[in-house]
Amino acid sequence: MTDPMAPLAATRANRTPAILIAVGAVLTALFIAAPLLVIFDQALSKGIDVYRANILHPETLHAIWLTTLTALVVLPINIAFGVTAAWAITKFEFRGKRLLLTAIDLPFSISPIVAGVSYLLLYGGLGLWGPWLMDRDIRIMFSVPAIFLVTMFVTSPFVARELITLMQAQGREREEVAATLGASGWQMFRRVTLPNIKWALLYGAVLCNARVMGEFGAVSVVSGNLRGQTNTLPLQVQLLYHDYNATGAFAAASVLTLLAFVTLILKAILERKAFDRRS
Amino acid sequence: MNSLSHKFVGALVGALALAGTIAPVYAQSAKPVEIMNVSYDIGRELFIKINEAFAADWLKKKNQTVTIAQSHAGTGAQARSILEGLPADVVTFNQVIDVQVLADKGKLIPADWQKRLPNASSPYYSLPAFLVRKGNPKNVKDWSDLARDDVKAVFPNPKTSGNARYTYLAAYAFGLDKFKGDHAKTQDFVKKFLSNVPVFDTGGRASTTTFIDRNIGDVLITFEAEVNAAKKEYGDKGFEIVIPSQSLLAEFPVAVIDKNVDRKGTREIATAYLEYLYTEEAQEIIASFANRVQNPKVLERHKAAYPAVKLVTVEDIFGGWEKANKDHFAEGGILDKVFVKR
Repeated sequence: MTDPMAPLAATRANRTPAILIAVGAVLTALFIAAPLLVIFDQALSKGIDVYRANILHPETLHAIWLTTLTALVVLPINIAFGVTAAWAITKFEFRGKRLLLTAIDLPFSISPIVAGVSYLLLYGGLGLWGPWLMDRDIRIMFSVPAIFLVTMFVTSPFVARELITLMQAQGREREEVAATLGASGWQMFRRVTLPNIKWALLYGAVLCNARVMGEFGAVSVVSGNLRGQTNTLPLQVQLLYHDYNATGAFAAASVLTLLAFVTLILKAILERKAFDRRS
Repeated sequence: MNSLSHKFVGALVGALALAGTIAPVYAQSAKPVEIMNVSYDIGRELFIKINEAFAADWLKKKNQTVTIAQSHAGTGAQARSILEGLPADVVTFNQVIDVQVLADKGKLIPADWQKRLPNASSPYYSLPAFLVRKGNPKNVKDWSDLARDDVKAVFPNPKTSGNARYTYLAAYAFGLDKFKGDHAKTQDFVKKFLSNVPVFDTGGRASTTTFIDRNIGDVLITFEAEVNAAKKEYGDKGFEIVIPSQSLLAEFPVAVIDKNVDRKGTREIATAYLEYLYTEEAQEIIASFANRVQNPKVLERHKAAYPAVKLVTVEDIFGGWEKANKDHFAEGGILDKVFVKR
């Protein structure tokens, strides 16, 4: 028996993907590619020499340095935190586990600006511990440590979240076998757990890095706006824009965009590697 | 797999090396003395110039290199940051009450700080002025035009911006003058004027951007200095400056933050920095940014740039900042009454 609707259904089915792809392509061009192109177009609008001078301006260079430094400090700490938290949550049973899981997710649900203000209310001069710190000449707010602290808070869940999902799926049989064979805790982690979570760990680190470099809200509250001292790249972009220096702002933005591209390419490579391994 | 982890390590080493090449640039700019000037939003360009000149002067006199860290934002927010521990050596604000709060709330400076430097610690002054579009198509000449139905004015929110508080009080003072001291009629006038504002930004520079980049409104009201800067910056757009018949004296108060300089041992240089603002050299720079100064020689040179205007003061019309603050800006004050929701 032949279905009279079959040929029609087939042509419709053939056309649908093409339409969807076209819509997708147009939307991507309008909402993603065009704004990105504008950044580089504006940054280079006064020529390559002005672009170079804008990037080599000491304050912008310092912002690039500070953003890199923040990533170098925050990333290792958040990786260590993520791995230990995921390890504890997925391999052991203990009271308050659900509470810990919720606590880990907290920075995701809190607006970064609220995070910044709450750090200010703790460490600021009118805050809870601020006066004690100020008496001892320890400066945390409006200096580089404050930027590290709030960035760490805002980006802390990335690695942990990535790992917990994977490690829950993997279960703990392998670790139990290792333990029966007489492996110490460290041996178990290094030889059994780590090889299994390696790709997810790198993936989480890459996502975390992207967020660290782009963080604006929380940092803007605690930075104090000191030019060439506590301005990260996102803050520098805003500052230059308000200085009537749109070209400089777009030049700084282009550096931030390039850093994001590097991160994305890294992420794509890691995803493919992880996929190859699984299949 | 191994080669990838090598690549990853390689990338990390590369990033560190890159950081290493950038770091020395930063290290070189770290100089023997550093002081921090915490200032108002639209003072950035002015203080970049002032700082260069002061550093050269100090090097010549004391053979010591000095760097001046700059921070610019709305002065209400800046005062709050200083109370929270931002270690400012000096403040250069555009609002007396935002300096006063450092004495009242933080005990960081003595209550009589205004007596420590000439002109009530205000090395220069300005006034709210108008910027209109090419050819002044709406024919805006004075405050009374801003209450017309067909005129849209742009200035920041008086609740958050010191700049806008001057604008509001200047309009109010004009109303009192026009209606011979009748507060009810004045408040009707100010109400109409405020209802003609399409956007209230939080700070002065944001309003300038709204008027110029977003092309909103017929008149921008902000300090004379900012009006001139915007006209110069966007020369091709042919903006025109309008100075109203009467305006309000806007003081730019400065103060050494005693508690911070004593802790850091920077009192001498911080005081010298503020005193430098009164020298002919500095007043010339300040005047070149269209701020009005007191130095007679500089005044003579820039006479043409300062159109005559009748200036009234917050002291004369509103009984001082403290009273103005209580009567107008406090919760339930006159501003709340005339600031109608649309």
